[in-house]
Amino acid sequence: MTPAIALRGAGLAYGSRVLWRGLDLEVRAGEFLAVLGANGTGKSSLLRVLLGLQRLTEGTVEIEGRAPRRGDLVGYVPQRLEVSPLTPLRARDVVRLGVDGHRWGFGRARGAVRARVEDALRAVGAEPYADVPLRLLSGGERQRVRVAQALASDPRILLCDEPLLSLDPGSQATVAGLIDERRRARDTAVVFVTHEIEPILGLADRVLYLAGGRFRIGAPDDVLTSPVLSDLYGTPVEVVRAGDHIAVVGAPPLRAEGAA
Amino acid sequence: MSVWHEIFSFEHYGELLSLVRNSLVAGAVLGLVGGLVGTFVLLRDVTFAVHGVSELSFAGAAAALLFGFDVVVGSLAGALAAAALIGVLGAGARDRNSFIGVLMPTGLGLGVLFLALYKGRSVNKFGVLTGQIVAIDTPRLSWLVAISVLVVVCLAVMSRPLTFASVDPDVAAARGVPAGALSLAFMLVLGLAVAASVQIVGALLVLALLCTPAAAALRVTASPVLAPVLSVVFATSAMLGGILLALGASIPISPYVTTLSFLIYVACRIVGAVRTRRGWTARRAPA
Repeated sequence: MTPAIALRGAGLAYGSRVLWRGLDLEVRAGEFLAVLGANGTGKSSLLRVLLGLQRLTEGTVEIEGRAPRRGDLVGYVPQRLEVSPLTPLRARDVVRLGVDGHRWGFGRARGAVRARVEDALRAVGAEPYADVPLRLLSGGERQRVRVAQALASDPRILLCDEPLLSLDPGSQATVAGLIDERRRARDTAVVFVTHEIEPILGLADRVLYLAGGRFRIGAPDDVLTSPVLSDLYGTPVEVVRAGDHIAVVGAPPLRAEGAA
Repeated sequence: MSVWHEIFSFEHYGELLSLVRNSLVAGAVLGLVGGLVGTFVLLRDVTFAVHGVSELSFAGAAAALLFGFDVVVGSLAGALAAAALIGVLGAGARDRNSFIGVLMPTGLGLGVLFLALYKGRSVNKFGVLTGQIVAIDTPRLSWLVAISVLVVVCLAVMSRPLTFASVDPDVAAARGVPAGALSLAFMLVLGLAVAASVQIVGALLVLALLCTPAAAALRVTASPVLAPVLSVVFATSAMLGGILLALGASIPISPYVTTLSFLIYVACRIVGAVRTRRGWTARRAPA
């Protein structure tokens, strides 16, 4: 079966600064891949490559066996959305943009579009505030609405770029849980970029850990260990686990530009 | 009392009314255009760009007066040039504002220069800055209607993807919305709308038509369907009300339009505040 995502010998560099190279990665349908690492290690750039918004500097990338292209194959949930207080949209309108926001025209949603919007709102439990203006939603509610927006196009692949950023722990667990539910129900491949390891620890099948131009791929329990991360960072790093909690201690800040 | 008489006068009102039929049609059309464009101006947060474009439109109109070609063509050329420059050079929000800050005084300065050199009727001079209603002859009205039809059609076609790209540019781009092209297209539509408005309300007061009514509407509704409708109703009321009040008086139309527009805005802010307090945010109980 064709993997949902296939990267072969993939590399990305800005000038002399190599974010990562030699990346071989296949993500199959229904798999949850967490992408971890410090700021500036190229996590978001990886998503941009998968979205077809950025080109690899080496290697190839395929989405369901074809070059990435824009469209409804891939759903995208980025960071928390800041909106102008004068945005004339309610929660349901935002979700609707996920269904037909890319089509020319104007006017109210009808029939099939409306039904898909309702389904998506229900799937994330956002019906109670479907008619509340976007600016009056809390950060957690807004992020749920955006998950609904991404799911409304029924994507085969869901790309999430720090969707938990600046949410409270409760909302983090909810949003991560919604995405996990979806991939199990519909066999959706998920690539989940995050700083926060804890909310996705029980959910991720595999982890891609990026650090200073290098990376490690494997099951969370295999990658998130002191020896593996110490080797990856090239300096002693301690992974501390206490019950459900996990912390990476001693990871050096991002290496200087040009180091790879 | 004589000041009041200058501001409000309804002598010979019936006869005057028949003289401004063109103006009333122009006012209604501009209300439609201003109300619609205004919603997107606020959604995209380009209020400052409206002002920048209108100053360049003023410079174009002043140049047209001086060199003796059609004022409509002059204001259109100025507005479109400014809109294209802002659209191409000011991609980021911060970039854009500083660029407009540079463009605006340049435009105003040129306009002042052209007007100073112009030896014609001073009514014409003042008109491009503060607006006029009497001077709308039928060819000018035809121009106005043609521009307005173009603006409305363009907005109708790009309304949905433009909304998407304005609210959530990353997600819209991922879905295949040509965000960059739309942004430029909207600036050009804005240029057309500004050029049309400058003819009637004057360069200095375009915002009363392209910002205030939409800002008022967005205070009382968050529905993407109702917001533009209300905005158009407000803009049209301000325009027509302004023309009818200005009719007998010896003052330009713009203060009437701006004051009406502002009063509508204040009323909407009060309604919006009450609505928020009464629980606009209320969540329904989960079903």
